[in-house]
Amino acid sequence: MSAATDQEVGRSRVRPRARRLVAGRGRYTDDIAAPRAVHVAFYRSPHPHARIKALELSAARAIPGVVLVASGADIARHCKPFAGVHRLFIGMKAADQLPVAVDRACWQGEPVVVVAAETRAIAEDALDLIEVDWEPLEGFGTPEGALAGPAIHEQLGDNIGFDGITTTGDVATAIAGAAVVVEDTFRFGRHTGVCLEARSILAVYDPQEQSLVVHESHQCPAQQQAIFADLMGLPEHRVRVICPDVGGAFGIKQQLYGDELATCIVAKMTGRPALFVADRVESFASDIHAREHVVKARMAFAHDGSILALTLDDLFAVGAYSQYPRSSIGEASHVARLTGAPYRIPAYQARVRMVYQNKPPVGHYRAVGHPIACAVGESLIDQGARALGLDPIAVRRLNQIRDGSGPHASHGAAVLEGLTLDACLDRLLAGFDVTDFRREQAAARQRGSLLGLGIASFVELAGTGAPYYGESGAPVTAQEACLVRLEPSGHVRCQASATDQGQGTDTAIGQAVADAVGVAFDDVEVVSGDSAACPPGGGAWASRGASAGVEAAVRAGRALRAEILRLAGLILQRKPEQMYVRRGVIRDAVTGAELITIREVAVIGHYRQHLLPPGTQPDLSLVRSYVPQNQAFLTTNGIQLATVSIDPGLGEVRLLRHRVAHDSGTVINPQLLDEQIRGGVVQGLGAALFEEIRYGEDGTLGTGTLMDYLVPLATEIPDIEVVHVTTADPSTTLGAKGAGEAGTAGAAAAVLNAVNDALAPLGARVSALPLTPERVLAAIAAASSVPAEALSRQKAGT
Amino acid sequence: MSSEAEILVRLTVNGAVVARHVPVRRSLADFLRHDLGLTGTHVGCEHGVCGACTIRLDGEIVRSCLLLAAQADGAAVETVEGLTESGEIAALQQAFLARNALQCGFCTPGMLVTAADLLRTTTTPTREEIRGAISANYCRCTGYHAIVDAIETAATSRTGDR
Repeated sequence: MSAATDQEVGRSRVRPRARRLVAGRGRYTDDIAAPRAVHVAFYRSPHPHARIKALELSAARAIPGVVLVASGADIARHCKPFAGVHRLFIGMKAADQLPVAVDRACWQGEPVVVVAAETRAIAEDALDLIEVDWEPLEGFGTPEGALAGPAIHEQLGDNIGFDGITTTGDVATAIAGAAVVVEDTFRFGRHTGVCLEARSILAVYDPQEQSLVVHESHQCPAQQQAIFADLMGLPEHRVRVICPDVGGAFGIKQQLYGDELATCIVAKMTGRPALFVADRVESFASDIHAREHVVKARMAFAHDGSILALTLDDLFAVGAYSQYPRSSIGEASHVARLTGAPYRIPAYQARVRMVYQNKPPVGHYRAVGHPIACAVGESLIDQGARALGLDPIAVRRLNQIRDGSGPHASHGAAVLEGLTLDACLDRLLAGFDVTDFRREQAAARQRGSLLGLGIASFVELAGTGAPYYGESGAPVTAQEACLVRLEPSGHVRCQASATDQGQGTDTAIGQAVADAVGVAFDDVEVVSGDSAACPPGGGAWASRGASAGVEAAVRAGRALRAEILRLAGLILQRKPEQMYVRRGVIRDAVTGAELITIREVAVIGHYRQHLLPPGTQPDLSLVRSYVPQNQAFLTTNGIQLATVSIDPGLGEVRLLRHRVAHDSGTVINPQLLDEQIRGGVVQGLGAALFEEIRYGEDGTLGTGTLMDYLVPLATEIPDIEVVHVTTADPSTTLGAKGAGEAGTAGAAAAVLNAVNDALAPLGARVSALPLTPERVLAAIAAASSVPAEALSRQKAGT
Repeated sequence: MSSEAEILVRLTVNGAVVARHVPVRRSLADFLRHDLGLTGTHVGCEHGVCGACTIRLDGEIVRSCLLLAAQADGAAVETVEGLTESGEIAALQQAFLARNALQCGFCTPGMLVTAADLLRTTTTPTREEIRGAISANYCRCTGYHAIVDAIETAATSRTGDR
């Protein structure tokens, strides 16, 4: 067999774990049997903001089968408070949080009382008998209302958690000399990950050992171990967090939740295993939300379409508390960093304000900040091109950072390396005939129907490096590690800090380690998601599985191969460099003749060490780490194209084609890569057209079920075309780049631009997401100054 | 334990006769998962929207979160575990694996039960028919494209067998 065909990296291997999952043999947290477990349920605040004057818990405690009813104060006796401050952001303010509210609830859905019972149903019976004497307080739901309102947390002085400005060049002069300045205010609805498996946790506390073993549906077991130990005052080496199969995460399962910490405390208080599984309503009410931004932005152009300046003011509402441990600032800071990032922009000013309001905490959801930055920047480019009468694609080509131009210090204060914007745009358009589409679009207009084409280019910060959280003060690491061990049988087992919620990280590690060691893919097993069994590391976040997690595994695999060759050399009395390993066999470097198998080396290394020269110590379990040490973020880029049709009578947007070109660097598993991008795109399409967690102005939730919050369905989504540019990342040995967030980063912006392209002949435009039929109709009506109702009647009549 | 009202239910689950006393308010999904340990049936929303709990009851696909265990008295229930063991969904499972038509896998059992139902009634469904058939089964990971491909492949391979 030739070297080319037995290379594992580059093959579409089937994920071993998926074999269990298709057979219904998943092991999600709620599937794990725990004898004598109590079921935990929470009485949650029905008010967005209210004082707790008194609690009446005796009736709840009297129900047979109820084991514990605990107030916020009862729970607080077992832990420290926590605050989501990121020290890199000077001046950031965040209030202390406790797992369960004490004295006051600051968001609707905040836990107020904990019940533990023999069954979830009995626990819910008890919730019905809890009486709280509430004194409702004024609540602020909208970003503007929160900005103007009195401080939700008095000690902070006001509701502004952070106010920062990024400036490059001279904006005022650039705007004064511009041929065209376009300006818009963009509104983005709150949305969330909607993991099909709701947040779940099973905590087991042993009072004799003072040990806590937690199964948690989470992305970051090492982080959770550190947090539970710190906040509960337990020795960290006696806390173990296992993340078994996880039914979707998308950033939603990346932080600490008060109800999950409270469940650990219930396990300690009752001495029994404690299980909490959120139901769907409480998921909508308490999962991390994202994307509630109001962005006012301007872009200035010269006659030829050159961008002269960009300004933006992002008002970012994050709920009542900053998420812990990473803080909530990430999304706004990425908006400042990434808006217009694909382009050379000589003058820039971005102000971001993070404001507290009476809603659940906002934080990290897939592609943090990227979709906002992309929508704002790409929409302004299209508006500028339209105002100048230029082709929007030509304007992009004119302004984008050239491929191969070296590290670029961006206007958003990021160092962007190895961008391939030209190559991605070429790949995108190689499979799409724009001229043809424009012809079809014109013909459609003749018939009274609206077609639109939108393009959105984006730079991704995929794979966070040490400087970002290194400065934060939080127990969050950008490092990944992998222990690779040669079993006595000659098989290889990897214990990885990177985790896998279905992305296929485990499989990618298996493929890369197979190549690095020189064994077959089926001879490699990967264990992940266990803070005791695996070395400490980040887990899964910011598209780091391939770029950091697999890189650490490759380094460990290569070290193991070197050790195997060292031992083989001692056994055979040859120099290691005179041999190589392939598919479990050690061969002569010149003739290719088989010398010895890895299995034989393993047997000697594990059982027959007396056969080795005196003083030899075999070392067949090796761990290696990888951290992007000096770069705050690794960079990559992509571009998306969407075409839509709009029913002008109903305001309904129909997605026609969606195409993505992306640079993922070295491709480890082509099929898994494509599916990461496709899945990400569809979450972005949900943001574009359907998804919004609606709240009243006072912070009252209006979308508590999947009937109200619309997740994309199979009938609403087209097939997603994906093509790649593969420029290896020069900073790692493998060269893989992040891909998990690329789809989400640009999908909504492409659709927004397509819708505005379709509406342009009517003089209408939309700049609020999601693009609901109401918004589209209102835009059409405003443009024609004919009421939307009359317009729809008109259409119906024709 | 509490003094919850219980009822005796007798039914067939994956071909085996089962008789249990269950609380009258227990859902069929919870009964399968917690009383029988058949955890392949997943609970995603508990209000009949997401489809993760889809099973077969007397030959028809139903949402097991919307039924009480008591309502299944006398019925024949088939879950993903039973359909796996019988081999009925083997071609679909193989196609899902080969095409990576699942990521987190939480929707997959319900998706397979729904897809199997489509393939029982439609020999060679079009992509639109496949999308329509699975339109009440939510998948948050894949974006559906790979699932449609996999079901199409399974339908084609089955036709080829004839």
